[in-house]
Amino acid sequence: MVDIRIPIGLMFSIIGVLISVFGLATMSNTEMYQKSLNINVNLIMGVLMLIFGLIMLYMSQRKKKKA
Amino acid sequence: MKVDLSWIDYLIMMIYFIFVLGIGWFLRKFMKNANAFLEAGRSMPAWVAGLAFISTNLGALEVMGMTGSGMKYGMLTTHFYWIGAIPAMIFLAVFMMPFYYGSKARSVPEFLKLRYDEKTRGLNAILFAVMTVLASGISMFALALLMENVLGWNFNLSLWISALIVLGYTYLGGLSSAIYNEVLQFFIIVIGLLPLVFLALKDVGGWVGLKAQLAPIAQAKGFAADTFTTTWKYSGSAGANPLGVEWFGILFGLGFVLSFGYWCTNFLIVQRAFAAESKAAARKVPLIGALPKMFIPFLIIVPGIIALALSNDPGKGFNLPLSSGGGPDYNLTIIMLLKQYLPAGVLGLGITALLASFMSGMAGNVSAFNTVWTYDIYQSYIRPRTGNEEEDGKHYLKVGRIATIFGILLSIASAYIASKFGNIMDFLQTIFSLINAPLFAVIFLGMFWKRTTGHAAFTGLLAGFILALIHHGLTVPAGATTIIKGGWIANLHTYPVEMAQNFWTAIIAFTVSTTVTVVLTFLTKQKKTDEELKGLVYSLTPRELNDSHLPWYERPTGLAILVGVIAIVLTIMFW
Repeated sequence: MVDIRIPIGLMFSIIGVLISVFGLATMSNTEMYQKSLNINVNLIMGVLMLIFGLIMLYMSQRKKKKA
Repeated sequence: MKVDLSWIDYLIMMIYFIFVLGIGWFLRKFMKNANAFLEAGRSMPAWVAGLAFISTNLGALEVMGMTGSGMKYGMLTTHFYWIGAIPAMIFLAVFMMPFYYGSKARSVPEFLKLRYDEKTRGLNAILFAVMTVLASGISMFALALLMENVLGWNFNLSLWISALIVLGYTYLGGLSSAIYNEVLQFFIIVIGLLPLVFLALKDVGGWVGLKAQLAPIAQAKGFAADTFTTTWKYSGSAGANPLGVEWFGILFGLGFVLSFGYWCTNFLIVQRAFAAESKAAARKVPLIGALPKMFIPFLIIVPGIIALALSNDPGKGFNLPLSSGGGPDYNLTIIMLLKQYLPAGVLGLGITALLASFMSGMAGNVSAFNTVWTYDIYQSYIRPRTGNEEEDGKHYLKVGRIATIFGILLSIASAYIASKFGNIMDFLQTIFSLINAPLFAVIFLGMFWKRTTGHAAFTGLLAGFILALIHHGLTVPAGATTIIKGGWIANLHTYPVEMAQNFWTAIIAFTVSTTVTVVLTFLTKQKKTDEELKGLVYSLTPRELNDSHLPWYERPTGLAILVGVIAIVLTIMFW
């Protein structure tokens, strides 16, 4: 069957890139990040999600090579 | 109280929907017979089934309700996650799973048929099917209402679209698709709520700051200063903690009867372990699920506790909207917190997490419903197997798919009934939740006492259910205004809180079931031979398990000890 890590990895990578780019684009918008205690959570979460997505993809590929 | 979403939030949601449906689409070609569709071909790796196991339980009502409970009861809510889940999950994995999985039963009702008889299966199958449809209808209604009130979406549109998405991926890929999506949903829920926990905790000055802010609030309510940040410390008497239940009720009612009834016998949950690729994997499923389960309180209960501090700090401007009854609407706690802290972008992620939790709960209901309907009702009473395996497989696949559509349509219907007669639906749900405790009594006795007979089990099941019903009809929680909460026969006893009433109803159901089953077993004749019961009863099943060559973390007992130790450490840390 399909390895579930592939769709998970793809989805989190795509959303991760999307949110990080959005975070970068809104970097100067201090008003928007006031509610998140002046932290650019989009950039942080975006990067974290991208890393998570890539780890998932890496693990799914590594398994394939072994088999 | 409206939450405004921007284009990026909607975009994230769309990406999520595409992946959810895409998984179903990719799996559709593997659905060649009923076995693949309804049982996922018994091919799931332990970690996949384990995460799905916990994700099914993490439905929208659970997430919204537990954050609300966090705000009402503080850390005491973790009883539902630690004492109220972990022992039962360990028990299921170590002691019960070998018989469930080894029996080759495809559902819990079918296990009852193998161990006892047809009538016991029939009773359980029908009650379960009705309860499942009710439950998914009620959560669907709650979600659509939330979308209407908070996001300004159209009620009918949100109801139908969310139902159609769940239908789409469960119809295409069956249980495999439901399980795969539950794993995806698990990660979305965790990652989507993570920024909220982090920001909210930072805002109140960390755990230490939170404790300090909660002390005057607790004292104003007449409790000790650290009531909201401790678990067992004030459970000596019911009046000393906001939960309103004393240690015995928590330990026996929640920790034993309710939690074993839910985790060990609710097919919705257990089905995920049935889908595992081997007996050894099936035993690991509940334990792998238990590892994240223990930490979910930090994700959904802690924000609720923070909401309590925020709502008492005028400077924060945090208020819950009022419910129709007049008090604060605790179910909206999580969404108000998302609104408070998350800017566009991660806000879309948080809302997607809520939608994901709704879908994982609903897909769980649907995939359990279609299995019980196809195997336990249709196959046993309407069209039995012909013997031609290939043709049967195709026929029951078709039936399973039609049952999926019907299950969703019935859920939609019950969602509309709930929107018109909400109280009646609440009442029915309370009633049907009474079936778990007697079921656990009967399955437990069946697995560990070979003499238990079919007649005794059937009567025990029925008696426990009826007595629980009568208890509910004779008692009321303090402050109840409608008969839906109980007391519809007479009012003989008033419980301080509704939760105490629920705990005691379950305790009575379990005790009556056990007593009746044991007494009747001595009065009736065992019709099953020892040979027939092999693999179903503990004492008649040879010990085949020899896993001593595996590393400890590959062994169910090794994992069980790890889970138990972490649970104990957490309990002591937040004692």
